[in-house]
Amino acid sequence: MTALLKVEGLTRAYPGVVANDRVSFDIAEGEIHALLGENGAGKSTLVKMIYGLVQPDAGGMTLRGRAYAPAEPSAARKAGVAMVFQHFSLFDALSVAENIALGMETPPPMRQLAARIRAVSETYGLPLNPARLVGDLSAGERQRVEIIRCLLQDPKLLIMDEPTSVLTPQEVSILFATLRKLAAEGTAILYISHKLEEIRTLCDRATILRRGRVVESCIPREKSAADLAEMMVGARLDTPARAGGSPGEVVLEVTGLSLPSATPFGTSLRDISFSVRAGEILGVGGVAGNGQDELLAALSGETPVTPGAVRLKGRPIGALGPSPRRRIAVLAAPEERLGHAAAPDMSLTENALLTAAIREGLAARGFLNWPATRAFAERVIADFDVRTPGPGNAARSLSGGNLQKFVIGREVLQRPEVLVVNQPTWGVDAAAAAAIRQALLDLAQAGAAVIVISQDLDELMEISDRFAALNEGRLSPPRPAQGLTLEEIGLMLGGAHDMEVAHVAD
Amino acid sequence: MDLSAINPAVLAASLMVAATPILLAAIGELVVEKSGVLNLGVEGMMITGAICGFAIAVETGSPVLGFLAAMLGGAALSLVFGFLTQVLMSNQVATGLALTLFGLGFSALIGQGYVGIKPPAMAKPDLGPLADIPVLGRILFSHDLIVYLSLGLVVAVWVFLRFTRPGLILRAVGENHDAAHALGYHVVRIRLAAIAFGGACAGLGGAYLSLIRVPQWTEGMTAGAGWIALAIVVFASWRAGRVLLGAYLFGGVAVLQLNLQAAGVAVPVELLSASPYLVTILVLVIMSADRGRAALNAPASLGRVFHASN
Repeated sequence: MTALLKVEGLTRAYPGVVANDRVSFDIAEGEIHALLGENGAGKSTLVKMIYGLVQPDAGGMTLRGRAYAPAEPSAARKAGVAMVFQHFSLFDALSVAENIALGMETPPPMRQLAARIRAVSETYGLPLNPARLVGDLSAGERQRVEIIRCLLQDPKLLIMDEPTSVLTPQEVSILFATLRKLAAEGTAILYISHKLEEIRTLCDRATILRRGRVVESCIPREKSAADLAEMMVGARLDTPARAGGSPGEVVLEVTGLSLPSATPFGTSLRDISFSVRAGEILGVGGVAGNGQDELLAALSGETPVTPGAVRLKGRPIGALGPSPRRRIAVLAAPEERLGHAAAPDMSLTENALLTAAIREGLAARGFLNWPATRAFAERVIADFDVRTPGPGNAARSLSGGNLQKFVIGREVLQRPEVLVVNQPTWGVDAAAAAAIRQALLDLAQAGAAVIVISQDLDELMEISDRFAALNEGRLSPPRPAQGLTLEEIGLMLGGAHDMEVAHVAD
Repeated sequence: MDLSAINPAVLAASLMVAATPILLAAIGELVVEKSGVLNLGVEGMMITGAICGFAIAVETGSPVLGFLAAMLGGAALSLVFGFLTQVLMSNQVATGLALTLFGLGFSALIGQGYVGIKPPAMAKPDLGPLADIPVLGRILFSHDLIVYLSLGLVVAVWVFLRFTRPGLILRAVGENHDAAHALGYHVVRIRLAAIAFGGACAGLGGAYLSLIRVPQWTEGMTAGAGWIALAIVVFASWRAGRVLLGAYLFGGVAVLQLNLQAAGVAVPVELLSASPYLVTILVLVIMSADRGRAALNAPASLGRVFHASN
C-alpha cells in the first residue's frame, strides 16, 4: 500500500491552547482510517487543516508524494479531498441540487446535475430527489446530500466528521456498506468518531489523539472497546451505577398531545401519550429533528398545550407556562446550552437566578437576593464539580462539558418532581458525561420522575428504565429498556427510512 | 370636488415616476438582505445620493454625471457601514440607524449652498412612434432613462438571484453563513459587494428624487422613502416581482392622494398624506400573511454577525 496522504508534524495553536501539537500520520489509498479522540482532542482542527479551512503554524503534508498545502477549501477539492461535515454544511431553504452545486468547483447546468445526482445516488443506494428542499429532509437524508456532494467530485480522500451521530442503527449499517464500496474502489476515507464499536467494525487503522497529540496508533480490530477508550481518555472510566428499585405511582401523564409546528422546517407532534412514574427514567430516543425540541417545549411549558394533555398527579397543567410549572416542581433543561439553557453573556450567578428564582426563593417582592443566589450558584458548582474560577464568570467562558454540568446541576438541586432533559451529554467529554448520567440516576433514585431525550442510544440504554422512540413527531409505546436489542431500537426509530444497501455487486 | 380632472393615463405615468426612487432603493436592499445583511441606513444613503447627484449635476451641468456621482456617494457611505459591520463586526441595526442619521446631517451640510437652485434637466429618450400610441404611449413610453433602468434592474436582480451561480452563492451566504464559509466562500467579501450594490441603488434612487422627481434640493427631502423601501422588501417576502408591485402601489396611492387633495375630496389631508404608507403596508402584510411561506424566503442569517471561528 502506498501512502496517499502523509501528515508530518502539523501544529496549530489558538490563544491559550495548542489544538494540534506535532501531529503525524498517514493514510493509504483505499484505506478506512479512524481518527479517534474525545471532544477537544484536536480532531476537528486537524481535518480543517487537511481541508484547507485552517492553516497550520508548522509542519506539512504530502498528497501522493507531492507537497500539499491547501490555502482554501476549493484548493483541497481540486486536489481530490472532500469532506462531510459534522454539523451539516447545508442550506435549508435551497434545493438538494442547489446545495450540491454550491459544494462543487465547476457544477454542470442544473438539469444535467440533477441527472447525475440521480445516477450517483442510485449506484450507492442513497436515493435522493434533487428538487426537494433540504429543510424538508430527515437527518439521514441530509447526510446523503453531503455524501453525494462529495462523491460527485470523485474524491481521492473523503473526510467524514462524526457522520453517524444523527443516524439510526440501520442507516449506519447502510452508510458503512457505502463506505466499504468506496474504499474498495480505491478512495481513502478518514473517519472521525468517538464511537468505539463503529471504529472496530469499520476501520482498518486508527490514530488516537489526546489533547492535541498523537498518543497511539493501532489496528482497532485487534483491540477491545475498553482498550480504545482507555487510550482515548487516558484513564479507566467508571460506568454509572444504577440501583434497582421499583417505581412508584404515576407522576406525569401525557395523553393525546398534538402540537402543530411553529416553523416551516419544524416537526409537528402527533398524538403523543406516555406516563412516567416516580423514581423512573424514561428514555426518549430518536434522530435529531423528529420532534425532540417540540416535545421538550411542550413539557417545560414553553409552548402551552391543551390543559388535559399534560397532567401532574392527575392535575391538568398543559396550559401553564414555564414559571407556574417550575413552582410545582416540573423542571426542564433544553438541549442548546448557549442561548437556550443558559444566557451566554450572563454570569453563572445570573444564570442560576434565571431558573431557580421561584423554587429557591431568590427573589422577594420584586427584589433579587444576590447573596442567596450566589450561594446557590456556588452550591451547583461544588456539587457538580463545575470547573470555573467562580460564579461571577460568564456562561460563555465555560467549556461545553462544564456548562452542561452547571445547567443540569442547577435543575437537579431545585428538587424537581419531574425533570425533562434534552441531549444532556451532547458534545460533553466522557468524564463529564458519566457524572451527568450518574446525577440523573441519583435523582430518579431519590424519587423524581425523569425524562431523558437523547440521540445517544448507548446513553439511553445505560440509564433509562423504559425506552420510547420519537419518529416524525410520533412516540412509540414505551418498552422496558432491559433486553432491547440495537436492531429492535432501530426499527422503533423508523428503521432505515427508505435507504437501501449499496449495490456492492455492480 | 371635481374628480373628472383626474386623467388615468397621466396618473399612471406619474405613478411610475413617483415609485422609481423607492423601487431603486428597495431592489438594492433586497440584494443586501438576501446576502444576510440588514442595512437600516437606506434613508441615509438615499439622501446622500440625492445631494451628491444634485451637487455634481449642478456643478458639471450633466445629470448623467450627477447620477453616477449619486451611485458612488451611496456606495461609499454603504461601505462605511460594510466596514463597521463586516470587518469590525458592529451591530447591524445600530450601525444602520447611525448611517441614516449621519446621511441626513451630512447631506444637509453639503446641501447648504444648493437650496433653491434648479438642476439641469435630463434629456428624455425619444421613442418615436411608440410614444405616440394613444394612452399606452403616454403611460409606458414617455419616461426618462432611469425609469426604464429601474425596471431593467428588477428583472436583472430576479434573473441573477434565481438563475446564476453568483446569485446562488449570494443566497447561500444569506441563508447560512457558517456553512458557506465551511464550503470556502468568502462571506465578508460577498456581503461587502452586496452592500455596495445596495448603496449605489439607494443613491441612484435619492438622486432621482432631487434631479427629476422634485427637482430641487431641500433638506430631508427623502421624507421616509428609505424606510418605506425597507418595509417593502420585508413585506414583499424578498421577491423582486413583489418589490416592484409594492413600490408601484406606493407610488400609485401617493399620486392618487395628491390628485384627490387637489380635487378637494372631503377627507382630512393628514389621512390622505398617510394613505400611501398605510395602503402599501396593509396590502403587503396581507400578501405575506402566510407566515410559513414568507419565512421560507427570508434569509435565515439576516442581521446575524458572522465571525469565522476556526
